Amino acid sequence: MTDRYETLTTRLDERFGEQVRVVPSTCGELTIEVDRGDLIGVATALRNEADFGFEMLMDVCGVDYLHYGSDEWRTSSATGTGFSRGVEREPVILDEADEFDPRRFAVVYHLLSLQHNTRLRMRTYTGSNNPPIIHSVVDIWNSANWFEREAFDLYGILFEGHPDLRRILTDYGFIGHPFRKDFPLIGNVEVSYDAEKGRVAYQPVSIEARTLVPRVIRDDNRYEAELRGATDE
Amino acid sequence: MSEIQNYTMNFGPQHPAAHGVLRLVLELDGETIQAADPHVGLLHRATEKLAESKPYSQSIGYMDRLDYVSMMCNEHGYVLAIEKLLGIMPPIRAQYIRVMFDEITRILNHLMWLGAHGLDIGAMTMFLYCFREREDLMDCYEAVSGTRMHATYYRPGGVYRDLPETMPKYQESKFRSKKEIDRLNAVRDGSLLDFIVAFTDKFPACVDEYETLLTDNRIWKQRTVNIGVVSPDRAMQLGFSGPMLRGSGIAWDLRKKQPYEVYDQMDFDIPIGTNGDCYDRYLVRVEEMRQANRIIRQCVDWLRENPGPVMLDDHKIVAPTRVEMKDDMESLIHHFKLFTEGYCVPEGEAYAAVEHPKGEFGVYLISDGANKPYRVKIRAAGFAHISAMSEMVEGHMLADVVAVIGTQDIVFGEVDR
Repeated sequence: MTDRYETLTTRLDERFGEQVRVVPSTCGELTIEVDRGDLIGVATALRNEADFGFEMLMDVCGVDYLHYGSDEWRTSSATGTGFSRGVEREPVILDEADEFDPRRFAVVYHLLSLQHNTRLRMRTYTGSNNPPIIHSVVDIWNSANWFEREAFDLYGILFEGHPDLRRILTDYGFIGHPFRKDFPLIGNVEVSYDAEKGRVAYQPVSIEARTLVPRVIRDDNRYEAELRGATDE
Repeated sequence: MSEIQNYTMNFGPQHPAAHGVLRLVLELDGETIQAADPHVGLLHRATEKLAESKPYSQSIGYMDRLDYVSMMCNEHGYVLAIEKLLGIMPPIRAQYIRVMFDEITRILNHLMWLGAHGLDIGAMTMFLYCFREREDLMDCYEAVSGTRMHATYYRPGGVYRDLPETMPKYQESKFRSKKEIDRLNAVRDGSLLDFIVAFTDKFPACVDEYETLLTDNRIWKQRTVNIGVVSPDRAMQLGFSGPMLRGSGIAWDLRKKQPYEVYDQMDFDIPIGTNGDCYDRYLVRVEEMRQANRIIRQCVDWLRENPGPVMLDDHKIVAPTRVEMKDDMESLIHHFKLFTEGYCVPEGEAYAAVEHPKGEFGVYLISDGANKPYRVKIRAAGFAHISAMSEMVEGHMLADVVAVIGTQDIVFGEVDR
């Protein structure tokens, strides 16, 4: 398995050069990063050229890196306040900025080659535009159609050239993109049946958001060594 | 002037053949389908977002509820992804147990599929026959995990507990006679493995029964042959996997090509179709049940010979037993930490795919080093299959829509997540 990935890495380097950056991998998987502008060219080559032969696109998903690496509970120093270190969340404010951090939203493609029996992960950041926008790969892999609709629905990523970019999983008339990290877990509206009006009515949520288990990031030297080993290779 | 116009029709979400909550907007020309627009998401529970707000272990139960007819296979994908990130391998006995239960789950799923698919297109008897055998497999789930469906049995580092030495038995009640109870309990006297052996002995004959009813049945063939044909090229383009891909003649099975656990030790064949129609996919799935039976038998033989641990002995990830906790301070601390904060998973990303009964079930995990996953993406096979619905039913008759929904083996728990 690893040999196969090493040859694939060299082939990717030779063929694409600067266009493709091989990311230090974890778990023996191969990840590449491609710029937004190069996406279609690289994707077409990956599918059509015999050296790569990634004839299947197994998955497309959006990722929101807004809170990446941030914890809710410090672990490096002892507390002066005893056990009452409950997490109080900052109120969530929707990010209405004109420009996002260019590395906030990414689209991740999982490719599979049946003839070479290899997998490849391809990540493309959507840049700083609001709303984030990226070119669709539906013409290259038809299976991307619904996966891109899902990424649009949940993350608000626009796919240029998509034939039918509609919401897919959320309710008809839903507002917002629920999988963004600045969208509250409890949501914004709740529904109930209004007997007077004789229909289903929406109102702001009445429940309160709470954190059951705080997010904790601990330094673990068992994993340190492993990570260092992976980057050295 | 009377002009015949196309007709738009709603199929579902409250339609008995819609397999749950599928709303199909069909555009009809007479009784011929012009286009189909599936509306999914009526069962969307945001499993992925919920999983991002909980420590890793607490989401295993959510995985059962994705594809609620093949529960343990979903767990398997998720648990494998965590194990990949942590860099751990479960003990060999746990791997055999997982493979055995994966295959039990495959039979469970295919029986459910065969029963429902048959019922949808006019073979009522199938449903009753299939559920008879399904009941026995549900008992295996119950014996090993305590629940008949949502097992939460696979854990990172192994499986929750070893196979039990006794089987739960039927109790006498006013609905069942003593004689009936004795008959039912006869196979339940021994251990779970004895029960499974008894099942594997009788199951091939059961599959023969199903085949007698369907394989050469004229009505069955009329309803399935040349319906929903998918060429191998299109199947790859559309991201098909599992029996949908193999039905089109592509010999691709993750259990063979990218083996996980101990599948490389198993002796089994992968059936493939030739025409890529509903009938071929039926044949593929029926043969898969026979092969699954073979694998289960091999696992049972191994498990009988080789006792051993079923969980890793690493209390940074696996909780200590309750007995240990009673007299060991460190075990108590480990238990407390694991069930409050959980364990931190090293930074990185992993995609673990298993050959789920429906196709490739993949879990993509991104970890930023915290005790909760940063991003969980569940790649459900059914999602890719149903997105090809329009293409598969175009030009067919209205009644064939039901056959195509059936052949895709759609379960909305996993499509909508």
